[in-house]
Amino acid sequence: MGNKIANRQVICDTLLELAQSDRDIMVLASDSRGSAAMGPFAQDYPEQFVEVGIAEQNIVGISAGLAHSGKKPFVTSPACFLSMRSIEQIKVDVAYSATNVKLIGISGGISYGALGMSHHSVQDLAVTRAIPGLAVILPADRHETKRMTEALVNYEGGVYVRIGRNPVEDVYESADYDFVIGKAVTMRDGSDITLIAAGETVRIALDAEVKLKEAGVSCRVINMHTIKPLDEEAIIKAARETGRIITVEEHSVHGGLGAAVAEVVVQHHPVPLRLLGIPDEPAIAGKTKEVFEHYGISAENIKNLALDMLGQ
Amino acid sequence: MEIIELKAKAAQIRMDLLQMIHGAKAGHTGGSLSNADILTALYYRVMNLDPARPKWEDRDRFIASKGHAVESLWCILADRGFFPKEELETFSQFGTRLIGHPNNKVPGIEMNTGALGHGLAISVGMALASKRDGRGYRVFCLMGDGEQAEGSVWEAAMAGAHYKLDNLVGIIDRNGLQISGSTEEVMGLDPLDEKWAAFGWHVISIDGNDMEQLVDTLEAAPTVPGKPTLIIANTVKAKGISFAENVPHWHHHVPSDEELAQALAELSAVLAGYQQEGQVR
Repeated sequence: MGNKIANRQVICDTLLELAQSDRDIMVLASDSRGSAAMGPFAQDYPEQFVEVGIAEQNIVGISAGLAHSGKKPFVTSPACFLSMRSIEQIKVDVAYSATNVKLIGISGGISYGALGMSHHSVQDLAVTRAIPGLAVILPADRHETKRMTEALVNYEGGVYVRIGRNPVEDVYESADYDFVIGKAVTMRDGSDITLIAAGETVRIALDAEVKLKEAGVSCRVINMHTIKPLDEEAIIKAARETGRIITVEEHSVHGGLGAAVAEVVVQHHPVPLRLLGIPDEPAIAGKTKEVFEHYGISAENIKNLALDMLGQ
Repeated sequence: MEIIELKAKAAQIRMDLLQMIHGAKAGHTGGSLSNADILTALYYRVMNLDPARPKWEDRDRFIASKGHAVESLWCILADRGFFPKEELETFSQFGTRLIGHPNNKVPGIEMNTGALGHGLAISVGMALASKRDGRGYRVFCLMGDGEQAEGSVWEAAMAGAHYKLDNLVGIIDRNGLQISGSTEEVMGLDPLDEKWAAFGWHVISIDGNDMEQLVDTLEAAPTVPGKPTLIIANTVKAKGISFAENVPHWHHHVPSDEELAQALAELSAVLAGYQQEGQVR
């Protein structure tokens, strides 16, 4: 598990491989080719690369026009701007017009730790998942990011992907597993409680599971890599079989993964549910781990919360 | 189509859209009347398209960035055979696909537009794809003048010039009025030509209700290699109805029975004149 690599790097590497045989793949950047790690793509495939400058509305509109003409555009732009500044273009030009645009929000969540609320992206899931027809995906590690990127090339429709900035620890041993958009992955099975996480918090949930096992608790861990379309079946099953759920996310507790899970649980199989995430405030500055610790997004806190829910 | 036939067609389209709006009791009347000549020139003469194959790969593309003035477009697409003319009666009614903005469920509509300031960026993407694929189709984007206040227009203007998209033609329906009054009162635009020129576009100003000028300019565009073309089409809001021209509230005024009768009488007389002139020739 020591092999750490940033998911943005994996997306570039995968697209470099695929673009050679698929000339319709295009990458767009908003003065972000460096932060998206797309420099090599721009270098190797200049005819399949488009720079739009610092203009997030424009990058989405241009991509929609390219997609309308048969291209497979991958927009790589900071998640905070891509998801908010151009949300109307995402709604109208991508989702409503049904164009095949892949929106890759880079440096999402609180990746830009010390840069403050303007650069944090902890409302993006709330905003994007409210848009009909738009898929929303958070890959957990390099293996999942690779499999996701391959799947995106063959997926017809608009998708918002959120990845972080920094290298992340593996959660899979290899890319040899079943990745399907809209289908959650049960990383650990268990019967007392379920942890549902997405993106970089999957690693934290897995670490919590180890601690809970030591405390004698059988804990299920679900990697909900697709926030939309949500795998409702996996959630209902978890509610029915484990009776308690904790969601863990790098997002505001309003409108993100936890809220999405809560919508399903309360309508189909109400059980005690706790939402771990960023509270309704401008997030504190710091490195990801420091910020996570501050808000209780940690294996230790999850263990304590789970034990509390279990009455132990 | 010859110029005189195009003039007659534009008069007919104006009559059709007025009846459609009157029937539906909804619509953006003023802007649809001001752009009727531009759309007639494009759809009956200038653009390379085939109503039997609305998605033919080498067709010229049209994007109505000022999507609210869709009524003239619905009437033209029906008249050109993209969908049955009877469907115009469903305009703005429950469950219709002929809604108050362009809707790509309707054959002949490329993209859903209507949120202002979106169309030019989409057009840049299309024109760029045409270039990269070596196809050579042209992209025409019709914008409103009030729409020029949207910052996203200028983001796309920059990109169009940066990528030297000489297959891209922007058209501004410069009727000088928006919903709250004159464009210069609401948010001053002039000198609009100098602004576009400064952004690297080849700018041409014409009378946008003059069919000869429209056809000459649109057929020749793009006129400068390596530069996108911007046509400022100076038009009259609610053009064609004597008592509505340049009256701000006709932006989305639905004509009463009396107003409709009078408007149709005026347009019928104009149409008859063109038809007679056409026969004499």
